[in-house]
Amino acid sequence: MAATDDRTDTLAMADEPLLRTVELTKHFHLGGLFSKQALHAVDGANIVIREKEILALVGESGSGKSTVARLLAMVYRPTSGQILFRGRSVHELRSRKDLLWYRRQVPMVFQDPYSSINPVFRVSHPVLRNLQLHRPELDKAGRNAEVERLFELVGLTPAREMLDKFPYEMSGGQRQRVGFAAALAVEPRLILADEPVSMLDVSIRAGILNLMIDLRDRLGVSMLYITHDIASARYVADRIMVMYAGHVVETGPAEAVLANPKHFYTQLLLAAVPDPRERTSFTTSASIGEPPKVVDPTPGCRFRTRCQSAVEECSRVTPVLRPMAPGHAAACHVATPDAGVQASGA
Amino acid sequence: MASPLLEVRGLCVDYVTETVDVRAVDNADLTLERGEFLAIVGESGCGKSTLLFAISRLLSVPAEISAGSVMFHGENLVALGEDQLRALRWRDYSVVMQSAMNALNPTLSIAAQFRDAMRAHSSMSDAEIRARSAEVLRLVGIDEVHLASFPHQLSGGMRQRAMIAMALLFTPDLVIMDEPTSALDVVGQRSLMTQIKDLQERLGFAVIFVTHDMSLVSHYSDRLVVMYAGQLVEVATTESLFADPLHPYSKGLLDAFPSIRGPRRVLTGIPGSPPDLAHPPAGCRFAPRCPVVMEACTTERPELVAVGASQVRCLLYPAVPAAAV
Amino acid sequence: MSAIDAPVTRPPTSTSSRVALSRVSKAILRNRKATLGLVMFLVLLFVAFFPDVITGKPWNESVVSSDVVAQCQQDAVAAGKVPNCAQFGPSWPDFPLGTTQLNYDVLSQLVHATRVTLFSTVLISLLVTVISVLIGVTAAYAGGKTDSGLSLLTDVFLVIPALPLLIVLSTYLASGGIAAVVFVMTITSWAFGARQLRAQGLSIRSKEFLEAARVRGERRWYVVLVEILPNMLSLIVAAFLGTSVYVVATMAGLQFLGFGNVGDTLTWGTMIYQSQQAMSLESGNLWWLLSPIIAVAFMGTSFALLNYAFDEIANPALRKNRRRRGKPAA
Repeated sequence: MAATDDRTDTLAMADEPLLRTVELTKHFHLGGLFSKQALHAVDGANIVIREKEILALVGESGSGKSTVARLLAMVYRPTSGQILFRGRSVHELRSRKDLLWYRRQVPMVFQDPYSSINPVFRVSHPVLRNLQLHRPELDKAGRNAEVERLFELVGLTPAREMLDKFPYEMSGGQRQRVGFAAALAVEPRLILADEPVSMLDVSIRAGILNLMIDLRDRLGVSMLYITHDIASARYVADRIMVMYAGHVVETGPAEAVLANPKHFYTQLLLAAVPDPRERTSFTTSASIGEPPKVVDPTPGCRFRTRCQSAVEECSRVTPVLRPMAPGHAAACHVATPDAGVQASGA
Repeated sequence: MASPLLEVRGLCVDYVTETVDVRAVDNADLTLERGEFLAIVGESGCGKSTLLFAISRLLSVPAEISAGSVMFHGENLVALGEDQLRALRWRDYSVVMQSAMNALNPTLSIAAQFRDAMRAHSSMSDAEIRARSAEVLRLVGIDEVHLASFPHQLSGGMRQRAMIAMALLFTPDLVIMDEPTSALDVVGQRSLMTQIKDLQERLGFAVIFVTHDMSLVSHYSDRLVVMYAGQLVEVATTESLFADPLHPYSKGLLDAFPSIRGPRRVLTGIPGSPPDLAHPPAGCRFAPRCPVVMEACTTERPELVAVGASQVRCLLYPAVPAAAV
Repeated sequence: MSAIDAPVTRPPTSTSSRVALSRVSKAILRNRKATLGLVMFLVLLFVAFFPDVITGKPWNESVVSSDVVAQCQQDAVAAGKVPNCAQFGPSWPDFPLGTTQLNYDVLSQLVHATRVTLFSTVLISLLVTVISVLIGVTAAYAGGKTDSGLSLLTDVFLVIPALPLLIVLSTYLASGGIAAVVFVMTITSWAFGARQLRAQGLSIRSKEFLEAARVRGERRWYVVLVEILPNMLSLIVAAFLGTSVYVVATMAGLQFLGFGNVGDTLTWGTMIYQSQQAMSLESGNLWWLLSPIIAVAFMGTSFALLNYAFDEIANPALRKNRRRRGKPAA
């Protein structure tokens, strides 16, 4: 099980979730030295991930989902807002000891199996490095034994043979499993999975998705599953969060969001997903528009230009997440909450 | 009964290298009627793009057609030289590539590129060219003011539609498309597919559409071809393939898609990897991964046989030789 | 339990460095350019290490006996001509390439100069490669202001015309001899490679395995040394070989113009210079001028062949597609 750090473990105290962001914002500066333009990649994201939970962050390219992953992985620094991991503010961590403490608990699995492993070394390299960096209690023999165990755990068998292979000798699916093995090597609390199956053949995806579910059930590891495919999000996730143009627009239990989407973008997304077993037709006139590049935006809902139900308020006031049903919220002025739900309040 | 628009018989494509020859497409047989929407579906390495390029005669070294014929408009495309092909290209058939940003010249305006295409394949006057350019843009729903735009000024979806417009300049009988939607988001993909289908029904051209995403074409194609390891393993109407897939691979592929509606089921996918085409397995190429594999499958090579209106390459089905369907 | 991917059905290819080395040597032997270039280089190496095996004669003493010289002078006086008793033409077996104006054996000079010429060429190429790697990769990986600064530095050195700079510097360092040549050539040659390596560094930088390394907590220097550099080995070797070709010719040219020819150190460039000074082309021993030129060309060709061959071996796309024997053309 994951190691606990008792000195700073505030989880037991408050009802503090595993990871929580507070108005997380990231702007990228555009243009040359004298330009003041900023690309608003993520604005005011409030994300909550609990223990033993898979949260799917669903959005198209440009929605900000990958930026969120990189903020949580400490690849980018937030422009404003906070990331609280077990109550501690992540971007205030300074010492190498603290940074390694965080990186040990929140590793990342990457999207492209063809470039996420260094081709020059054997596939055991990233796993071994993780062990060397984060589990100094193991000696060389211990590390080798652990790599073997991890390979078995993720289904790369026979482990002894697999360890010695180079990346080019493995298929895409096998390489992604190596990525998970490396993430598990640190005994994590939360795995950030950035579109782990997008570049794999459809027939191989099931294996990786099932592995993720398995890891949550057996090892109690939480996951942030980032994807543009809402169908796979439904398959693995306990809760779904939908992002559009840098904003979180809807969040709630997976089945609830899919059965009863409150935000019009979510509805559009669901209508656009083809289900081969269903012969419904998708009727749409002319162009349905595209997600905007958000540069120096004005207040207001960013989906308004494509929304058929937009009202005057949508161009003036940026909507915030409002509860629509128990545990289910949407950021929309027009959406109506289910009966019996308070219009305001947490 | 009208003769088919395109007939591919026994087409084989080899990649010739210093060490070994790899057969990327093994004996492909295809028939395409006028105005038909045919989808070729398969995963990475199955040979679908190679097949597409072979049919449109766009293969380059080290790939080459080593056997077979492609009958189109009464001529065998395989036997034609470059000059003869040029007379056919764009007028009788055209090609839409996977990524518009790769296929469109970033330094030329849309009008200039359309003009190049039309000058290369016809002797229309400038006025006629301009009129036709505006017309095809309107067809795909782009305002003609964008004739003056450069590719980077258009959004991703618009670029793809501009590509399709370019392919329709001469209203060809056949438009070949290689995953034209993969660079777009889900909503954009849906929109583009609907548009393609709409154009097809209005203008009456046939489409060969290559994709790895079966569900994408499920509502648009008339017939589907499933490819695996360089071979055609199932040919059927879209409806019958989705209702009752015959080949275990087609079935596995269909089952691998998680659904957003209906009850949640456990996905199994198809564990394993496609075979190394430099050394293909002795019997059925799918045998190592097949959930219903039999003894004979590892030694006997199945041929494409007719089962009702479909064709399957699987020993599960009795070997009645397939008539050219 | 999660679905398991069956092992990939390919022939076993467990690789160790020994196997990799044998693959490289096979690749070299199969490529004609590589084999020739390697053979030429080995010849040079042999001559550099064992000059005395090739010729037993000294290179800085007269090999013409004083009797012969005296005789020659007498003959000249008797014929009423100005005595010109040096730069004898080739004579087997005494001096197959003739003598210099001090009657030193040209062949012996050529052979003994090989060591200094070859070693200084390799040394300059190594130094240049190391500097370009350091600057190029640091610029690519560090990004931001560091990158801007280093790129500016690189561009400045790139734009400065090399030969005039070489000449100016050489004038100031005239007394430095071969060491000065090494210094001057190094600082004027690193910029080109640095640009190339920065470009490749940038393309590698976007690979996810580098991000993965940072996310797992690796330190920056580790990422550069262990994760990035091995991936650039191919380009680094190519840069080294390409630089060598340039250095061979430029160093000879520099010395031909009269720089770096101080003291006792003899290189082929120096020989060319000295033979020019002694007007050997017009009225002396032609081979004194020609043989070092041919030697320089030989060394340059050797490196050039190795360079082409290395490109072909490292980049399979450049290999000529020779059909296997017995296969008919389609």
